[in-house]
Amino acid sequence: MRRALVLLPPFLWLLLLVAAPVVILLGIAVSEGAPGVPPFTPAISLQDGWRGTAQNLLTLAQDGYYAAALLRSVLVAGVTATLCLLLAYPMALGIAAAGERWRVLLLALVLLPFCTGFLPRLGAWIGLLRDGGWVNGVLIALGVTTEPLPLLYSDGAMYLGMVHAYLPFAVLPLAATLLRRDMSVEEAAADLGASPWVVFRSVTLPLSLPGAAAAFLLVFIPAAGEFVIPELLGPPEALLVGRALWGEFFQNRDWPLAAALAVALLALLIVPIRVFQGLDEGGSRRGASPPARGPGERPGMSK
Amino acid sequence: MATPLLRLAGVTKRFGGVPALDALDLTVAPGEFLALLGGSGSGKSTLLRIVAGFESADAGQVLLQGRDIGALPPHRRPVSMVFQSYALFPHLSVFDNVAYGLRRDGVPKAEIARRVAEALALVGLEGLAARRPAQLSGGQRQRVALVRSLVKRPPLLLLDEPLGALDAGLRERTGFELRALQRATGAGFVMVTHDQAEALALADRVAVLETGRLAQVGPPRELYERPATRSVAAFLGAANILEGRVRADGAVECGAGCLLRPAHVAPAFALRPERIRLVAGDPPAENGIAARVRDLAFRGDGWMAVVALPNGGEWRVTLPADAAPPAPGDPVALAWAPEALAPLSA
Repeated sequence: MRRALVLLPPFLWLLLLVAAPVVILLGIAVSEGAPGVPPFTPAISLQDGWRGTAQNLLTLAQDGYYAAALLRSVLVAGVTATLCLLLAYPMALGIAAAGERWRVLLLALVLLPFCTGFLPRLGAWIGLLRDGGWVNGVLIALGVTTEPLPLLYSDGAMYLGMVHAYLPFAVLPLAATLLRRDMSVEEAAADLGASPWVVFRSVTLPLSLPGAAAAFLLVFIPAAGEFVIPELLGPPEALLVGRALWGEFFQNRDWPLAAALAVALLALLIVPIRVFQGLDEGGSRRGASPPARGPGERPGMSK
Repeated sequence: MATPLLRLAGVTKRFGGVPALDALDLTVAPGEFLALLGGSGSGKSTLLRIVAGFESADAGQVLLQGRDIGALPPHRRPVSMVFQSYALFPHLSVFDNVAYGLRRDGVPKAEIARRVAEALALVGLEGLAARRPAQLSGGQRQRVALVRSLVKRPPLLLLDEPLGALDAGLRERTGFELRALQRATGAGFVMVTHDQAEALALADRVAVLETGRLAQVGPPRELYERPATRSVAAFLGAANILEGRVRADGAVECGAGCLLRPAHVAPAFALRPERIRLVAGDPPAENGIAARVRDLAFRGDGWMAVVALPNGGEWRVTLPADAAPPAPGDPVALAWAPEALAPLSA
């Protein structure tokens, strides 16, 4: 009874902030578009009963435009998360290895970008990368190139902005995992003849996989739906699901199709979450306390 | 003696100016079981970590079989260490844990399988090769840690409080097994412990460390019977310390008001509780004293009496279980043999 009372607030919270929006989204996704406010006829109502349609989901499946947008978004998010992971791992190792005073400073530096606005930071990148920007200015002054390089509105600029924005989300869980690790296990590996590189490869890295999975997901999930950064820094022809959603929602006012697209993205994101969850559970099982046994038990007897 | 297995010469280590080890000299013979006994902060773990290579000495030499290994990183040192926490690889099976060191040495696969199976059989863990460390009991994990180090057949095994994490029932048996394993493998063992009973029971020699210096090194019996200093005597169980004043005729007046006639003259002596006996009537003029029982505790194999001396001091006296013990408050006459007085140098 007490247990139920304790669990009630988080359940209510989840119901209100997670379950309810998803149900509403699903409801809109199976509704029919109609002129008016809101621009759809509800799939289910007291007067008319069920009036839903699977047409929007069918459209998504049939029109290659949306599938391509979803696929490309997942790809961009995957590349972003991988780049963040590769950059964050050495940073997290450094933070974990630093002394107490340095560690606080380094973590503060990782979080420092959050103190400035998101859009001004993107504006700064535009200022650096545009044709008349600093980077091109320096390159021309040095004689590396005579014409400004097309740096802005490219995949490179988009990934630069994405990694810049999401890197802290990868550093923090990795640093937390690496800080918690048991150094005596690594000493034992060295003692048994493993060089520093082999210790890293065979002990440090596999034991940090749960943290790496968390870091990957924390970047991958928001990056898959990212709209602003590709819009401001990426190539104009790049179609991502964020832009497709924006277009359906605000330009075409096709809320049901936009909702269906959001549902499809959600469904697509559950796959990597499940995969990494398995990894994480493996990790926590390894760290779990051993099954209770009597002190007098002979080894080899229990199987 | 041939080349010692391990020789430490003038090893010094400071942490922030505070010496953890102070010009320490120590040798370990091949196949010897040495216990490093000391309280916390005595430097015993630092010493082990310097030999293993996890800390470097500020001064002095670490010689393994005559070769200076002081500059080698841990993975190039042919010594092996068993960690207090066991430090098993949580992501690897028992088999892979034990095989880890052999794989690093590039031992062929078939030989690895054979040697790991042998090693696991040695400690009765044959059936558990596929388990993860988290699925083992404390005692089983301790064995895995032990054979993981021993499977490489190191000439010297370092053990950091190997029995410290086990509960009392398991400690004694595991201690005997450790001893048997040491004899079977012929490796030199250096075991760090803060438990004097463990050190005395298992080791060939015991080295007592005190604030970074060796207070005394010797076989367990010698240490117990003839502690060299007050602190060694105090550390190795509850010995009574007798402060004295040497007289011209070779007798020693002890502060408690007795006259000692020891075998060797010294300013202070340790007197073990079990070497004191009760005598009828008055105590002897020499090597005896009158006292009064203050407290009495039954210890199963005997009685431990706390007696009050005329000068207000207290001694501990062990009385046999079969005799009728005196009651608290009774006056008693105590006596001891001259050899029972262990001279203390400091």
